[in-house]
Amino acid sequence: MTDGVTEEDRVRLAPGVMLRQDRVRGHWQLLGPERVLILDEVALEVVRAVTTQAQTGQPPVTVGVAVGVLAAQFDAPRDEIAADVLEVLGDMITKGFLTR
Amino acid sequence: MTFCGATTGLEPPLALLAELTHRCPLRCAYCSNPLALDPASRELDTAAWCRVLDEAADLGIIQVHFSGGEPTARKDLEALIAHATGVGLYANLITSAVLLDRARLERLRDAGLQHVQIGFQDTQPAKAELISGFPGGQPKKLEVARAVTDAGMALTVNAIVQRHNIDRVDDFIDMALELKAGRIEIANVQYYGWALKNRAALMPTRDQLIRMDERVRSRLPELKGRLVVDYVVPDYYAKRPKACMGGWGRKFLNVTPSGSVLPCHAAETIPGMSFDRVTERPLADIWANSAAFQRYRGTDWMPQPCRSCDQKEIDWGGCRCQALALTGSADNTDPVCDLSEHHGLLAEIAAEDGGTAEVPITYRSFSL
Repeated sequence: MTDGVTEEDRVRLAPGVMLRQDRVRGHWQLLGPERVLILDEVALEVVRAVTTQAQTGQPPVTVGVAVGVLAAQFDAPRDEIAADVLEVLGDMITKGFLTR
Repeated sequence: MTFCGATTGLEPPLALLAELTHRCPLRCAYCSNPLALDPASRELDTAAWCRVLDEAADLGIIQVHFSGGEPTARKDLEALIAHATGVGLYANLITSAVLLDRARLERLRDAGLQHVQIGFQDTQPAKAELISGFPGGQPKKLEVARAVTDAGMALTVNAIVQRHNIDRVDDFIDMALELKAGRIEIANVQYYGWALKNRAALMPTRDQLIRMDERVRSRLPELKGRLVVDYVVPDYYAKRPKACMGGWGRKFLNVTPSGSVLPCHAAETIPGMSFDRVTERPLADIWANSAAFQRYRGTDWMPQPCRSCDQKEIDWGGCRCQALALTGSADNTDPVCDLSEHHGLLAEIAAEDGGTAEVPITYRSFSL
């Protein structure tokens, strides 16, 4: 089911998952049922890019739109960003933090 | 974050198991509560629990697991969940579900509850009742499970596996999928507390375990991305111990209904331990300095073969309560480890207690 996350997909936080900054340790993390995923700077920006719009009650943007935003933000080639983003999202879906 | 204790390099804990009450309408044969249950009259009140939650968040705890007993037997559960989420804790509810309904679930969600884990004794109602001693539980659990996902919360199916249901592990997985659970725990019974008392009635055979293991592993590829599977391999047939609780006093702490702070929920079975209480000492001080947490923290306490083992900071010597239950001393290496001189005991016990026979069950109760 996680094969082939595409740029046409829209992803959102899975039920019971929250993006939160740890007030003692400082880092950002996804909290879910009995689990925690600590996000590095890149992973945090990926999660923000794909979920920001959904947090305002709108449908999530497509992964492709988020890739475009991130490519501009990091001033990096779009293809490289796309490959990284699809890998990160696939991993987070497998672990149950995101859903399509 | 700094601690006032002498311990260096101590990380803050990640999770708090808040055992709100030992009261429970179910009488499960495998209950991990101690044989000596706390009566309702000794339970911490709402204000005391709120202070514990404040101190837990300050200490660095990320997740709180409201458990029991049956935590929904507490009328102040909504208030405690609201307080926990208000101080930034992620709230999990570990429940039998039989006291819940749709309206209360929605109130708990509105208080900030994110995740509900429902324990299932079987997939077949009559067999579930044999283990829980509670008539009519299964349809109620299914109804509540559906209401959890309808309310937008995450659902975990906790499949507690023993001799009477182990051949239906596929049915448990199918049930979790049908209920739209995001996660299933396939948890072979750990033999402490009431489960230890009922070991001869519950322990499966080696053949049953091998078949279950094959079934679970064969299902994992199709479940990837659909259902998170947390699978606890049964100890009595393993070769290396688990890092019980992620290591003693490293990640978790447990507060009992009457306010004792334990490194693990079975620690009260260990003789000679004394436990500090949240009503008498701040949680941060207990975590850093209490005798109970210091006793088996790190590696200094370890006997051989642990002391010179390259796995000692991976499995942390395994489970103290299991070492006690099987070897007579909690100071020993967990006999699950095949380097332990007591490892042969496991095969003996599994051969003696593992079986499919109908052995009478001693149901959990407040008075034996």
